[in-house]
Amino acid sequence: MKDNVIVCRCEDVTVGEIKKLVADGINTPEEIKRITRMSMGCCQGRTCGGILQQILSNLLNEPVDEIKLWEKRPPAKPVLMKALIGGDTDES
Amino acid sequence: MKAKANIVIIGGGIVGTSLAYHLACLGIKDIVVLEKDYLAAGSTGRCGAGVRQQWGLKMNCILAKESIAEFEKLSEMIPTDYDLEFKQKGYMMLAYDRNMANQYKKNVQLQRTLGIEVDYLSPLEAKAIVPHLNTEGMVGATFCGKDGHLNPFTTTLTYAIGAKRLGAEIYKGTEVLDMKLEKGKVSKVITNKGEIDTGLVINAAGPFSKNIAKMAGVDIPVYSERHQILVTQPIKQIQDPMVISLKHGFYCQQTPHGSFIMGFGDPNELKGTDTTSTWNFLEEMAEKVLPVLPPLKNLKVVRQWAGSYNMTPDAQPILGNSEDVENFYMAVGFSGHGFMIAPAVAKAISETIVGKKPTVDISMLRLKRFEAGNLIKEPSVV
Ligand SMILES: Cc1cc2nc3c(=O)[nH]c(=O)nc-3n(C[C@H](O)[C@H](O)[C@H](O)COP(=O)(O)OP(=O)(O)OC[C@H]3O[C@@H](n4cnc5c(N)ncnc54)[C@H](O)[C@@H]3O)c2cc1C
Repeated sequence: MKDNVIVCRCEDVTVGEIKKLVADGINTPEEIKRITRMSMGCCQGRTCGGILQQILSNLLNEPVDEIKLWEKRPPAKPVLMKALIGGDTDES
Repeated sequence: MKAKANIVIIGGGIVGTSLAYHLACLGIKDIVVLEKDYLAAGSTGRCGAGVRQQWGLKMNCILAKESIAEFEKLSEMIPTDYDLEFKQKGYMMLAYDRNMANQYKKNVQLQRTLGIEVDYLSPLEAKAIVPHLNTEGMVGATFCGKDGHLNPFTTTLTYAIGAKRLGAEIYKGTEVLDMKLEKGKVSKVITNKGEIDTGLVINAAGPFSKNIAKMAGVDIPVYSERHQILVTQPIKQIQDPMVISLKHGFYCQQTPHGSFIMGFGDPNELKGTDTTSTWNFLEEMAEKVLPVLPPLKNLKVVRQWAGSYNMTPDAQPILGNSEDVENFYMAVGFSGHGFMIAPAVAKAISETIVGKKPTVDISMLRLKRFEAGNLIKEPSVV
């Protein structure tokens, strides 16, 4: 994969950025998330998670399923602040 | 892993990494930092990372002021490719009754004598700084433009990089399991990756500080307590300062990324190191913050998480050696303000260890204060 390929679309994280972090010893999904904001966007990493596992598996020479993905955080879907106080629940 | 070190620091949060950096700056060789997970995996990576100098106690004002001065020059001291995202656009503290206003006015007087640029504002003046602030019920506010917040991950990473450049070693995934004492001093640290002989140990284990102290045979009056926090989708910059209300117990900031981060202190929160989130928190947070900052009602919450405060009986940290086990030092019990004072605390402890007079006198924060009944009274703690 080319360095300028975008892995996380919510937060604009590229393959090149991930390679640099791994070179600096920041080589687990949890750590990469915290530095790049990868998976912290609206989709919570549903799109980029698998791609990151592939990239790390190649770079670290580890089987894909041994790359543990980040812990899921609630809420599962973005929720409007006003919906929380029983106000408008219309998300449009 | 090394089998021998001059100093072993337990914990790779903001406190452990800034300690490693400051000790290395003072010329200490063979420093090892042990972190069971990864850097900033504990409270540091879960915190609001707000930094304020607006305290009611002289020592806290000075610790925060010195720390902010260091954060201001950190990217020159330790150049890296990582952005500290230091947003220095102030902290606004809201007052809702005469008592609080009077306390804040007193604080402002003290802060000004210490060279902190802070002002007491009328509700209208506060609204000029935060246009979407609902001033209903407000008596006044205090504002210091040099307060703000940083990115806790890149800040911790920066200190770690600085320490490593000066020769310190940082082992992640390395959990301290026990310690061995000889003639009343710690002589060995036992980890899941092997043992290290050492001349001195510093407990910077945040929420787990009590366990670590126990391994050295020292009993410390600390406990951990969950605190929750949420983040919204990013929007264009509309809010400069961190807004905090001690009446509601909340803080709310907009990060340079555009998202809002907010939390509040729930007096009935779970004790212990559990960091699961609750739906209840989201509802209560919205109830507290929306009447004060109404336009935030249209923001979507994208994530919530929780971290731990490590608490002491007076909500002030325990710093320095344990006196009973002379080579066992502590930098623990930071309550909700450990990030903002970490650099100055790390510097002062490092200076004490090498036998220099510390830049800031932290002797009132020693462990023995509890036995002697000298609890510290800080009126502006969240
Ligand atoms: C929700 C929330 C909001 C906050 N907001 C602010 C704020 O705005 N401003 C502010 O100044 N402070 C704030 N705080 C407080 C602040 O987070 C802490 O005071 C500070 O991060 C403490 O840093 P530390 O390095 O001591 O602890 P930690 O960051 O917890 O580091 C301790 C480390 O020790 C490691 N460890 C523990 N046991 C072992 C072991 N046996 N072996 C090896 N490693 C071990 C842990 O994994 C952890 O990484 C907040 C806290 C929370 C929870």
